[in-house]
Amino acid sequence: MRKIIHTLCFMCSVRCPIEVIVEDDKVVSIEGSPYVPAMKGGICPKGAAATATLNDSERIQGPMIRTGPRGSGQWKQVGWDEALDYTAERCKKIFEEYGSRSAVWAERTNLITDLSKTFQKAIGSPNHITHDAICKGSLNTACRSIVGYTDGGISTDWANTRHVILYGRNIFESIDVKAVNNLLDALGKGAKMTYIDPRVSITAAKSTQYLMIRPGTDLALNYALMNIIIKENLYDADYVNRWVKGFRELSLFVKPYTPEWAEEETGIPAGDIINLAREASAVKPSVIFHYGYRASHHPTEIYFRRSMIILNALMGSIEAKGGVFIKKGPKDAGFSKGFRKFSDQEFPEMEETRRFDGCGQEKYPIVDPAHGVGSIFSHAVLSEDPYPIKVLFNFRFDPLYSNPDYQQNLKALKKLELIVSSDISFGGTTSLADVILPESTFLERSDPLRMVQGLKPAIFRRISCVPPRYDTKPGWWIVKQLAERFGVGKFFPYNSIEDIWEYQLADLGIKIEDFEKKGFVSLSDEAIWWDRKDKIKFKTPSGKIELVSSLMEGHNFPSFPPYQKLKIEDNKFRLMVGRCAMHTNVATQNNPYLNELMPENVLWINEKRAKSLGIENDDRVEIESKAGKGSLRAFVTDMIHPEAVFMLHGFGHQEIKSTRSYKKGVADAMIQEYILDTIGGSPALDHTVVSVKKIQTEN
Amino acid sequence: MGDYCITTDSKKCIACHACEVQCKAVHNIPVGATLGKIVVLGPKFVNGVPKMSSVFLPCFHCEEAWCLNACRKNAIQRRDKDGLVYIKEESCVGCKACIKACPWRIPQWNPETRKVVKCDMCMERIDQGKEPACVAACPTGALEFGEPGKLSDKAREEYGLNLLEKNLAAGLE
Ligand code: SF4
Ligand code: SF4
Ligand code: SF4
Repeated sequence: MRKIIHTLCFMCSVRCPIEVIVEDDKVVSIEGSPYVPAMKGGICPKGAAATATLNDSERIQGPMIRTGPRGSGQWKQVGWDEALDYTAERCKKIFEEYGSRSAVWAERTNLITDLSKTFQKAIGSPNHITHDAICKGSLNTACRSIVGYTDGGISTDWANTRHVILYGRNIFESIDVKAVNNLLDALGKGAKMTYIDPRVSITAAKSTQYLMIRPGTDLALNYALMNIIIKENLYDADYVNRWVKGFRELSLFVKPYTPEWAEEETGIPAGDIINLAREASAVKPSVIFHYGYRASHHPTEIYFRRSMIILNALMGSIEAKGGVFIKKGPKDAGFSKGFRKFSDQEFPEMEETRRFDGCGQEKYPIVDPAHGVGSIFSHAVLSEDPYPIKVLFNFRFDPLYSNPDYQQNLKALKKLELIVSSDISFGGTTSLADVILPESTFLERSDPLRMVQGLKPAIFRRISCVPPRYDTKPGWWIVKQLAERFGVGKFFPYNSIEDIWEYQLADLGIKIEDFEKKGFVSLSDEAIWWDRKDKIKFKTPSGKIELVSSLMEGHNFPSFPPYQKLKIEDNKFRLMVGRCAMHTNVATQNNPYLNELMPENVLWINEKRAKSLGIENDDRVEIESKAGKGSLRAFVTDMIHPEAVFMLHGFGHQEIKSTRSYKKGVADAMIQEYILDTIGGSPALDHTVVSVKKIQTEN
Repeated sequence: MGDYCITTDSKKCIACHACEVQCKAVHNIPVGATLGKIVVLGPKFVNGVPKMSSVFLPCFHCEEAWCLNACRKNAIQRRDKDGLVYIKEESCVGCKACIKACPWRIPQWNPETRKVVKCDMCMERIDQGKEPACVAACPTGALEFGEPGKLSDKAREEYGLNLLEKNLAAGLE
């Protein structure tokens, strides 16, 4: 029998709406949802390769308990009851000695996040972290410091923009299908795209203007842009007068940062900087200084992220068509309430309220506790400061490869008494686990509903398309089973996914049948824009855009510290990392099709620097930092700044059970040092200094 | 390409390879064989500006098909109704004569079935009124499928109207 099912992809965190055709319980094809125009019926390569994951015999095929040393790949297959009972018994003993605070739940934000937060609250641990903090902790903090919303609370109107400025936001390789199409359409209608990056990416090749910047100096460029914008009155004066607080302070601050000064720091000619400011201003407010997803990550990242948002504020582009908009939720669409959340129930008081990562507290006072400071996980485990961490619930997360300093991560993970991992395939951290509770793929499971806020808020549903191929379960089932064994099952008042959907929708008056046809329900037919004169609801204490941030100043962090010049020794390079269209972070390198397309990473190195080191294209080279070293092939090119070397994120896997990706390429985490933006909370993923040399082969 | 043709809009192509992967996924093609292939040049600097370009290469479904003529087992056939060249897998003996005969080596060796497999322009999908899988999957709409006459019509209309629009705006007629 042939079925057409509308659901959500999850080969990456974008979660595109897709149409899956199923025949006799086999997936025939996966395409973009025809009901979401910006999908254009398309799919990215990862989505297309989803069936290769589904059918992969190297997937985790059932619950397992470790029998050999950590990482040895020795496991015994067990039933679900045994795996869950074992987990609960081990935890019980550990909690007796160290308390439930010793358990950290870490996950890649997903549709069961409300349930995993419920679980931590129910067992009495304040420690829940998400991978989001690692990609964009500082962006989150920066956004809240200026507009009061998190980065997840704002977005960009690609379709109507007239000029978008991207700082390494490699939109055509780090794909979100809808955004890609909206931007391509805008470009087709004559919009400009300026792309700034030390490296020529595919996005650079599609841009109307590419500026090769010296690695790590984007902030200097932005201060110079502000300098010109203010000096030449290129800003939106009405908007600034109405909404912006701290403009005078900003004007004084950026005075010394002239384009000529920035030219020296960034390598971008002063004339180009001035032109960019003028061109952007000419089409304001339909201009986007894109604040990035991944961006250039350095210890001063929070200030760089702030500078991009400030540029939008000066252009008056926040809550402007073709600019940045504040996402609207069910209440803005006229509903009195949103989803009912399990984590809003009343829980017993926690004995320990201090988080292990100090987030929202003494160490990281202004970082968002909804995501935590994931990057200090290993450090916290090793230092036992503020208290010992003994248990890790690791749900589709991979701190071993996602956090900088692989060796430190490995040491910390090995120190834990219990790692409980839920995953699809053998990732790095999962391979070190004590118990594996395998999750079904997105094609085999239904999930809690997803509220998608935006100009037109909507609710989307993921529904299972085919029965599980192996002995795997959906996350919501696993969490409830664990909870029952911890004696806190009552906080999970459901037995089926239908019960969960009903619970979520209880206050909205929407029925689950409404999802049948398209897989989603729109909460608003019209795009919701607020009146730019009077009705923009900024969530800062003043209700305005706070350039001088009360959040930051209130915790003694200056809003405008002087720019610090970036220095590097002549014989060293700065290691930059990034993504390609064919892989999702560290998770897909073993997928048969994606592995075939991109089996390993190479080291991009500037041709002149390579020549002086005697390195030729395709030579094997060794890259070394204070954190570690590795060997990979060199890609010698004129498409990268002489001061930088670049490698793709996510390779160099050491998991024996994932044979295709085993030991292919180098893990960026192996080379990256443990350096953080201590205000914003992100790891400084692009700050590590490395040396590179040719490996002499014998023959 | 029989009665049809697939064109690549290089401006829209982002070299993501979804077309290739989707083709393999829906036809259950193992690693090692690729039916429709996207060939990408660049990014590279051309006069100081980063540029790239790409072209999608499925089977051309030639009118004088070398592969078909080379097959001694009549495993390669042409559909009467639209001229598509396809292979009847059950008749293939795996001699690879077609691969050698095709000037572009387009027929592919399937290491799992130990037979040749080739692009059939997704005949089944065409019969259902759909586009070939590669074309439908492309996330940016860079690939276009259709009858050559209609594609030409569309491209000329677009170009011509754009030109006229500009002329009109400039006061020329
Ligand atoms: S971008 Fe690709 S992998 Fe990510 S959700 Fe969309 S189709 Fe799936
Ligand atoms: S396989 Fe080669 S020879 Fe045969 S139809 Fe295709 S392009 Fe022509
Ligand atoms: S799917 Fe489309 S954009 Fe991607 S490589 Fe193929 S033709 Fe290009």
